Amino acid sequence: MQHTLEQFFRALRAADVRVSPAEAIDASRAAMVTGYADRVLFKDAMCATLAKSADEVDAFDSVFETFFSRDAVSLNPPSAEPQGEPSQDDLDQTASSPLAQAVLTGDATAVQQSMEDAAARAGVADIRLSTQRSRLTRRMLEEMGLEEIERIIANARRMPDGKGEALANRLDAARRNLFTEAQAYVARQHDLYAAGSAQELREERLIRKQLNADGGVDPVDYQLMAALVKKMAKRLAAKYSRRRRAAQKGHLDVRKTLRKSMAHEGIPFEIEWKVKKVDKPSIVAICDVSKSVAAAAQFLLTFLYSLNEVVDRMDAFAFSGRLISVNAILDDNGVEGAILKVLQQIGFQQTDYGRSLQDFSEQHLDRLDRRTTVIFLGDGRSNFADPRLDLMKQIHDRSRAVIWLNPEPESYWAQGDSVMHRYARFCHVAKQCGTLEQLERIIDDVLRSYVPH
Amino acid sequence: MTLSPPAANPLSAADHLSSVDALIEGLGSVGYIASRRIATALYMGVKLQKPILVEGSAGVGKTELALSTAALLGLPLIRMQCYEGLDESKALYEWKYGKQLLYTQILKDRMGSALADAPDMDAAMVRLHGMGDLFFSEPFLEPRPLMKALREDNGCVLLVDEVDKSDEAFEAFLLEVLSAYQVSVPELGVIVAKTPPLVFLTSNNVRDLGDALKRRCLHLHIPLPEAALEERIVASRVPGVEAKLTHDLVAFVQTLRTMDLRKSPSISETVDWARALVLLHADSLSPDLVRDTLNVILKYEQDITAVEPQVVELLHRR
Repeated sequence: MQHTLEQFFRALRAADVRVSPAEAIDASRAAMVTGYADRVLFKDAMCATLAKSADEVDAFDSVFETFFSRDAVSLNPPSAEPQGEPSQDDLDQTASSPLAQAVLTGDATAVQQSMEDAAARAGVADIRLSTQRSRLTRRMLEEMGLEEIERIIANARRMPDGKGEALANRLDAARRNLFTEAQAYVARQHDLYAAGSAQELREERLIRKQLNADGGVDPVDYQLMAALVKKMAKRLAAKYSRRRRAAQKGHLDVRKTLRKSMAHEGIPFEIEWKVKKVDKPSIVAICDVSKSVAAAAQFLLTFLYSLNEVVDRMDAFAFSGRLISVNAILDDNGVEGAILKVLQQIGFQQTDYGRSLQDFSEQHLDRLDRRTTVIFLGDGRSNFADPRLDLMKQIHDRSRAVIWLNPEPESYWAQGDSVMHRYARFCHVAKQCGTLEQLERIIDDVLRSYVPH
Repeated sequence: MTLSPPAANPLSAADHLSSVDALIEGLGSVGYIASRRIATALYMGVKLQKPILVEGSAGVGKTELALSTAALLGLPLIRMQCYEGLDESKALYEWKYGKQLLYTQILKDRMGSALADAPDMDAAMVRLHGMGDLFFSEPFLEPRPLMKALREDNGCVLLVDEVDKSDEAFEAFLLEVLSAYQVSVPELGVIVAKTPPLVFLTSNNVRDLGDALKRRCLHLHIPLPEAALEERIVASRVPGVEAKLTHDLVAFVQTLRTMDLRKSPSISETVDWARALVLLHADSLSPDLVRDTLNVILKYEQDITAVEPQVVELLHRR
């Protein structure tokens, strides 16, 4: 049974339920207490020891049901005519194949057992890809001794006067039945162990996909990528919310003070205070929403807005020809619909960086202080208008850090109408940010810089 | 913080813990209607001696589970409410600083006479080291809830309430208590519990708890109950309420939960509502009555204004 439990843990891990060795040991101990007879008790006990959040409980429930559902093998296909007890003659003919005998006598348990054993020998549980399914089904059937049955069928058909015809037909039907059963079994194993890995493969590809590629992001991938961004943001939030410290100044640390006072004859000479720091970043995001950058802008905003747990204050501005605050639009429409709304308001104008910077410094400059990190997202292509570097310098001087994310690779930065190399001088960090992976890394850096060292 | 053990239960604790069904029945007898999953988690917690981390939205009976378990098993309940800034001096132990200061004063006064006949400095030092050092010793220790729970020789129920509100540093500090049922006091050494307490941790998901903490606990998520279970809970908690009224009000609350509200009413709100209706001598739900008492089940002005116009419709929808 220990082996079965191990397989179950593997299936759980494939479904994103994290099972550490310590939890596996706990679960095994729990199984010893509950036994396996009471299915509900066993399931609830496993759930309590293995699933550690509401999401994991859901995943656990579905994996448990799939894993421990062993639909009894149905031996008779529905179309088959009623069959009597196998004659002694038939049994003699099939003596060489225990499987054939089990099928003939209707011993479902034996067939089931032989199927499980064959699956273990064929390594069905190691399935990784859906394309392996037919090969593994075949292997499994071979391991079960299907060749022997086929030989018996052939022998029976060769018998004179069609004496073996009835037996051959019965075995043939059973053979087809076994085939569908084995297929279903392998499919179930694939769902348990491999369905997650295919998803992982796809996600891995999307993480590296260029956001400003020709034709933009495929709508099919869009949902998945948005989910991915939220997942990344959650990971970062979990990482940094744990480092957050509450402010607590002015409390006397009696213990430390007394310790120190030992050196001064018990007179509290040096007073120690409890000091903790609050350091949540405050972020201003300024996004170019022209066509080439719009997709990246949406993912950046999704990312930042999913971080509200660890970000103290977050303001978003969008610009193309002019600059507007998009906080209200984001609150009303959610991040998904916001970009479209923004485009309706300011889209389809020629991008003007200088003009947009001027809008920002005239209306929103008071938003910047020593605690603010400014994240620009844009390609730095100003259509040969005045880039207004003086305003950029002003933003740089007022804020804690200026980070410029550019979807274009660095080699393009000084070419054509790009003024990126000139803006870069006023940025603490200027980086290419074309994929979700790069985006995550940069925001990780932003958050880390706020952690007191 | 320690509550005295309630009147002894006719059945012994061991009887209640013999099986999950016995546990469900036992909890029922002290007024807690438990689902099978809840009882199983509790059963495993006792059998495996593991703390139980109880999650669920506010008012589904997380704290109540610990209270009822203590009542059922006849164990004292030690409760520790967590909050931001909670540290070990409030959770574990504190030195009695005043007495320690007095002690040093006494020591100083006596020191002269004790060391007067020492021939030289070295001899005085040797004699000083020979004296017992009581400065950091048990008599000067002021135990706080965690330490108290470990020192209950006959076991107890320790409730660490809303652990998600405490800081991450405190969570890390809990790990030692939870995995080994011991604490180390740097000045004294390790203090081990004779009988491990039965530990409940509750969380409202204000923040995600660390994996290390989760790993050491059994996990129990208490969802909002189904109608049938909730009716039984109301019936058990509010003795005077009629079956028909119980059915109606639970059905109404269940419909509210399907709506998009800022705070869905949970079990404690249903129970409060039932109590209020009993006090008002109501025997059925009328639209006016519901409107007048909506503030018992809905805690936000927006929710009340959203639901109020629909009350008649909601009452008829069932």
